[in-house]
Amino acid sequence: MSVAIKYRIGKSTAFKTLVIVLSLACVVPLLFILVYILQAGITKINWNFLTNLPKPVGESGGGIANALVGTMIIVGTASIIAIPFGILCGIYLSENKNSKLAYWSRLCIDILQGIPSIVIGIVAYFWLVKPLNSFSSLSGSMALAIMMLPIVVRSTEETLLLLPDSLREAAYALGMPFHRVILKVIVPCGISGIMSGVMLSVARITGETAPLLFTAFGNPYLTTDITKPMQSLPLLIFNYATSPYNDWHDLAWGASCILLIWVLLLNIFTKLITRKWKVQL
Amino acid sequence: METSVDKELSPARVKTGAGFSSKKTPDTVSTNKRLKRSHRQIRAENIFRRTIMIVAVATVVLVVGIMITLAWQSRLSIQSAGLGFLWGKVWDPVRDIFGVYPFLLGTLLTSFLALIISVPFSFAVALFLGEYFPKGWMPDLLKNLVELIAAVPSVIYGFWGLAVLVPIVRSFETAIGVNAVGLGIFSSSLILAIMIIPYAASLGRSMIQMVPANLKEAAYSLGATRWEVIRMVILPYTKSGLFAGVMLSLGRALGETMAVTMVIGNTSLIPKNIFSPGNTMASVIANEFTEADHPVYLSALIELGLVLFVVTVVINMIGKRLIKGVSK
Repeated sequence: MSVAIKYRIGKSTAFKTLVIVLSLACVVPLLFILVYILQAGITKINWNFLTNLPKPVGESGGGIANALVGTMIIVGTASIIAIPFGILCGIYLSENKNSKLAYWSRLCIDILQGIPSIVIGIVAYFWLVKPLNSFSSLSGSMALAIMMLPIVVRSTEETLLLLPDSLREAAYALGMPFHRVILKVIVPCGISGIMSGVMLSVARITGETAPLLFTAFGNPYLTTDITKPMQSLPLLIFNYATSPYNDWHDLAWGASCILLIWVLLLNIFTKLITRKWKVQL
Repeated sequence: METSVDKELSPARVKTGAGFSSKKTPDTVSTNKRLKRSHRQIRAENIFRRTIMIVAVATVVLVVGIMITLAWQSRLSIQSAGLGFLWGKVWDPVRDIFGVYPFLLGTLLTSFLALIISVPFSFAVALFLGEYFPKGWMPDLLKNLVELIAAVPSVIYGFWGLAVLVPIVRSFETAIGVNAVGLGIFSSSLILAIMIIPYAASLGRSMIQMVPANLKEAAYSLGATRWEVIRMVILPYTKSGLFAGVMLSLGRALGETMAVTMVIGNTSLIPKNIFSPGNTMASVIANEFTEADHPVYLSALIELGLVLFVVTVVINMIGKRLIKGVSK
């Protein structure tokens, strides 16, 4: 072989090696973060940690019960607002592919997806906090619902578009009215894709902090009143992680660990669903 | 298409059904029932159609509402500072001076530094998954792990950065002899770089997989090596797709708040170099929004949000347009 060819092959091999090394290097920080958080957090988690309120600075112990309950309420309310809304909008977009309204609606969904979460927080502040004169978990839920919306809409639309037209036509041929065709045939057929979109969006908003900073605001006590400020896991992590106290850092590590496990579980579960039903997202 | 057919069919069905039954069966009670049922279904159908249309209109209203809210609430600051807002070098809420140049610079520095660090990694992953090893359990695992990077909440990145990365950066800064704070633009860029890898990577992968096999095979048959195929066939074919991925990453980096807020050091001074602490537009809003005690201050923060909104939306739109152009 001539030198020139050897040089070219050598260059090709070198590039391949570079690609492999760089790709594997991407995973290193992720694994490092996962292992570190799990190690630091798992030892902090026990029954008291899950059921007690945080103690004031200086007293060790204490738990994050208020944040756990708060996160469930805030994320639950956001889901109640965003999921039906998102699915209906997805149905509209997949049923009216070429209408003018669909074009504008799709554009707006794209815009929504790109808005930084902190800006959504500002808007929620002016829509619900200012008029009601108090920080409230409801306003936080609304901000999170706006963040969920594009993911749910997109996954619904794309799943429904993948379904064969023959399904729809068969249902119409039996004389079913439009709403029953959609709700009894089309949506059940695409439910796995819709569900995975919903779960991804829940995983995404559970970890969102920025929109909650000036909506749900945080609260050191346990509350279930959605018109009052409420604590949530990511808020608690942010506040305690940036505080100078070691006891609070411990609480934040435990909370990070729980949040991380929850988000990972949701993601893995989504993966399993999409693999089982062969949905493309 | 099918829906319009159905719309015409259903009233027809009602008429014929009613006609037949009234002629053949004298049982008017059941006829009435069937008529009523059909009417009810038609009504339900119309209500359903109208509902989904209202929902679609509502998404448009939502976005327009967001824009109007931001513009309206920042009017005080726009009136008082005008365009000088963007170039003013001093941010001093106590003296009512609001210039966002330090934050603009901070945002651009962190985002572009993060982009420069992350792009080689993203493209490597895209090539690894799209070209070198498209199938098998190992690439599958890598793909899932890279997607997982996007799933970890940003506040956790921030906390990890604060506890682990900042001390490492600090000792690195001591070693190269700059002011060793640890917190600062460099640390935030590193965290951001990790966070935005998946966006360009997953888009790049799907673009690279879309390159027609016959193009690549033609190049191989001419004696090209793998590297030459990548450089002369795959890159030119996918360049706008790869660029779109970079744009989406950039949009994400510009708007990222929590991780950056936690490690950037939060000062309103103009950053001197990439190791000094600073602030980004998003982190200023996060830090000062609840402290803003007079209307102009609050309004200035909202104008900052408006600028952030416009910039990220434009960048995301460019990215999305490019993707659409490629996949058509």
